[in-house]
Amino acid sequence: MARDMSDKEILKMELDQLKLEVNTPRTAVSTTAPEIIAFVEGKSAEDPLIKGVPEDKNPFKEKGGCIIT
Amino acid sequence: MCDQTFLAITFGPCDNCSQNKPLMNIYLKNEPINYCSLCVELMACQGLAKGETIHTLKAESETLKTKLEEERAKLHDVELHQVAEKIEALGQFVMKTRRTLKGHGNKVLCVDWCRDKRRIVSSSQDGKVIVWDAYTTNKEHAVTMPCTWVMACAYAPSGCAVACGGLDNKCSVYPLSLDKNENLAAKKKSVAMHTNYLSSCSFTNSDMQILTSSGDGTCALWDVESGQLLQSFHGHSADVLSLNLAPSETGNTFVSGGCDKKANVWDMRSGQNVQSFETHESDINSVKYYPSGDAFATGSDDATCRLYDLRADREVAIYSKESIIFGASSVDFSLSGRLLFAGYNDYTINVWDVLKGTRVAILFGHENRVSTVRVSPDGTAFCSGSWDNTFDLRNILYGFALYWHQGLYIGVLHHPVMSVP
Repeated sequence: MARDMSDKEILKMELDQLKLEVNTPRTAVSTTAPEIIAFVEGKSAEDPLIKGVPEDKNPFKEKGGCIIT
Repeated sequence: MCDQTFLAITFGPCDNCSQNKPLMNIYLKNEPINYCSLCVELMACQGLAKGETIHTLKAESETLKTKLEEERAKLHDVELHQVAEKIEALGQFVMKTRRTLKGHGNKVLCVDWCRDKRRIVSSSQDGKVIVWDAYTTNKEHAVTMPCTWVMACAYAPSGCAVACGGLDNKCSVYPLSLDKNENLAAKKKSVAMHTNYLSSCSFTNSDMQILTSSGDGTCALWDVESGQLLQSFHGHSADVLSLNLAPSETGNTFVSGGCDKKANVWDMRSGQNVQSFETHESDINSVKYYPSGDAFATGSDDATCRLYDLRADREVAIYSKESIIFGASSVDFSLSGRLLFAGYNDYTINVWDVLKGTRVAILFGHENRVSTVRVSPDGTAFCSGSWDNTFDLRNILYGFALYWHQGLYIGVLHHPVMSVP
């Protein structure tokens, strides 16, 4: 547990972690950014919070009262 | 007056040099070792010769960190918002408050949606966990936990159980029954045991496993049925405040954020920390995966939210404004990932355009600090929970940390600070 470890042990843990991370494979932002954007664009059409929900399909709409004629 | 104790000296073969000599009984990492005095001296000198002092470790750590930053910077050839410039801006954002769920007597700390998109479980400071039907605002179930500050709650994927925990250091699972008269507390199952408060919990893809994060600095994966610890995740050097599982298509990873300002990505099977990000300037309160699973967002006490790209292994966007000075307590994405909802300690919710990095709306309406924000599974709505500002949760937790480090162990539940209403 982090609280029970001495400073030296915590530093050692961080050091081992850093050694691992320096060698992680990475892709350029110029590749990944357009992919994120493409993903969002693709899904935006179905995103109810962006395109809105028609009132009759909205499950959270307040129910109207009834009029008895 | 103290009695004099005499050290009994054993005589026998040394563990190291095998010669028959008087042995010194010493303990290394709780293991008893019987070395002769000469070998003990040699061992001590070897330790020094390796030069593993704190200073050398720190220096090595710094050089590695710089090297890591250089490697990351090489791939930072463009900014996300630059690439996003050609996208259409979002239109006027109008959100209506449709329901206000009142029923908690005290601060709402955590909220989770059920996969049926209609039920919500919420937990609060006074120990109550309530299951609501969001369409009708009816309370379906209510449980009172034996502890206060229930900071974590989660709905099981099947909708048949809820998990919750907080200052009791445990995560308990309550199966939900359709029988209203049944006492839910009787069927409670204690699953997780930590040595400090439970900050967050989440079911994995089934009802059978739970992932928890705790103030003791670790995350852990548990089997619900047996309560057995399946995997533990060590790597944070301070309290872990939040965790989030990757969307199921992208594999077995999860991200966690904590008071050490780090966000770590873990492999659930091996327990290995695969990636780590440390660009925030203060505690990370909330982490959430992007819907595609290739990125995640964080909300922090430094008043910013940030987006980290996992494949580029770096931060790609910061969502901040000079006018926003209060910490962000909770973040969540809309269904497509275009919008980021963030709840802040200044009682507002800011809605950010994830790609362009701009704020599209501020939502008012809470009279209290916003503690949690959650978008429904089908993306049609989101709910936010909040609490009174009579009490700063952060201060209490720091109070615990201080007392812990100063060596005064005061049992968590009996700490004097907690008696303030």
